[in-house]
Amino acid sequence: MNIMMLLEMTSATFPDRVAFVDGEDGTQVTYQELFERAGRHAAQLKAGEFARVGMLDVSSIATPTGLFSAAWAGLPYVPINYRLTQPEIEALLARITPACLVTENGRDNEFADVAGVSAITRDTFLKTGTDTSTVAASEWSMDPEDTAVLLFTSGTTGAPKAAVLRQKHLVSYILGSVEFACADDAEAALVCVPPYHIAGIAAILSSVYSGRRVVQLANFSAEKWIELARSEKITTAFVVPTMLSRIVETLEGETHANMPHLGSLSYGGGKMPLAVIERAMQLFPDTDFTNAYGLTETSSTICVLGPDDHRAAAASSDEKIRRRLVSAGQGLPGLEIEIRDDDGNVLGPNERGEIYVRGEQVSGEYEGRGSVTDAEGWFPTRDAGSIDEDGYLFLEGRADDVIVRGGENMSPGEIEDVLLEHEAVRDAAVVGIPSEQWGEAVAAAVVLKPGKSAGADELRTWVKTNMRSSRVPETLEFCAELPYNETGKLLRRVVKEQLSAS
Amino acid sequence: MAILKTGARLKSTVCDGEVMVVAAPEDDLEITCGGSPMADPAAAEKSGEVHADHAVGITIGKRYVNEAGDLELLCVKAGAGGLAVSGDLLLQKDTKKLPKTD
Repeated sequence: MNIMMLLEMTSATFPDRVAFVDGEDGTQVTYQELFERAGRHAAQLKAGEFARVGMLDVSSIATPTGLFSAAWAGLPYVPINYRLTQPEIEALLARITPACLVTENGRDNEFADVAGVSAITRDTFLKTGTDTSTVAASEWSMDPEDTAVLLFTSGTTGAPKAAVLRQKHLVSYILGSVEFACADDAEAALVCVPPYHIAGIAAILSSVYSGRRVVQLANFSAEKWIELARSEKITTAFVVPTMLSRIVETLEGETHANMPHLGSLSYGGGKMPLAVIERAMQLFPDTDFTNAYGLTETSSTICVLGPDDHRAAAASSDEKIRRRLVSAGQGLPGLEIEIRDDDGNVLGPNERGEIYVRGEQVSGEYEGRGSVTDAEGWFPTRDAGSIDEDGYLFLEGRADDVIVRGGENMSPGEIEDVLLEHEAVRDAAVVGIPSEQWGEAVAAAVVLKPGKSAGADELRTWVKTNMRSSRVPETLEFCAELPYNETGKLLRRVVKEQLSAS
Repeated sequence: MAILKTGARLKSTVCDGEVMVVAAPEDDLEITCGGSPMADPAAAEKSGEVHADHAVGITIGKRYVNEAGDLELLCVKAGAGGLAVSGDLLLQKDTKKLPKTD
């Protein structure tokens, strides 16, 4: 197995179809060109005696080129967050030497003195791939155990871990979730997730195997996204919740999104507020919505809430069906998902615990630490959740985020949901802060909608009326924005620090 | 005959067809395409013709399974020959269409 085989198949089937378009400068590459360039880069990478191929850049044509040429050369591809500080980047680079590092234009000099790193700019890299005098590398390895991608996790505690995704994990994920060459000439995906995120890797592979044209939006803004979706006649897109929230806000005042080509819009990477998805479904009445839940360690998506589920939930008056709009849906075929308690016992329907997953796309392996899957191959996600009678998964935040107040466990997510249902609340984050009396106390940071008002006491009463009194936030503060990282993950740790300090 | 390795690639010796092993039982199996044994792509040399009883062809991107369901091959290059194991033709597997997720 090798992800190069996926590109080879599409290149043979749709040689002249445009594969990737850089939304910034309009440069593009066809499937056959991408295949040929990957072969030339692979030859050069093999000659360079590197152990890894690093990528420190926003999305561009160099992103898929780097991913596939590394696979052809048999080297792990390591995309790195370009927003990190210089010392942070150098600390990561020290873990992947000897490496070829492709950087943003003008940034190669910053790494000239880093031992074991051979830095070249994106433009130089792309130029070598188009040199037709270079002979392509010999056939790539089909060893399923070869490492395809190393992804540094965000590392909220301690040094970032490097998640190992082998060829078998990525190829299994694609074969299990995408039908080969299913895209027609008109299909185009708008990709705006960062290239160092698992969703960015999955977006490349899924689009390539389906034969879809990808339009890359390197730096997300709602205005630019809307403009590209219209001008490039985008048919499918993936966004994180904060992006959808911005898009919905930017379209506010319009009755219809006016993107007639957008057949499907999927989202994931964080919790989607009910109000945002409901508003999005009104603005995009003809668009299929899909919620995808997955992790880096599981080669992306493991659970899907499909378009039919969205429509059924939105139209239902049955609270049980209706709340599925905020669920992560059901597991992909071929994957198993379980909820377990702290002692490892498997829990029944609607019981809260930690989410475990098993399947061929699941890696659960970190470089230098080996696999954290158990003897039967189950991976503990550290995400908390529950599964209803019909197999719909409800996420409750990270297992570590559970608030323990006076011995009672409570999930921040359910309190946030109630706060978000208040008509004046735009966003809310609930965390546990140290309390002498209770061990932990419930604290909330709330963002109000523009032009709306509500006092702390009103919101406390609102929570009390809709939940048990133990859920009422003892501390409740208003702020202008909640802290999110660039992939839409709420930085709960930051909220916690702020609320604990006050 | 040989134990098939998951992820390995096999090439037809009588047509252009190539497959990748997605899943295989741990048995000595002889996979044929067009009626002749398939081989490692590096070693495969074309000799002979597609047998008339094994001429259903294979389509790129489609998956082929045996009746027991423990052998699964993915066609990575189309060919005129049909796939078989121990003389039994493999069947094209229907795949369920999933919503686009990324």
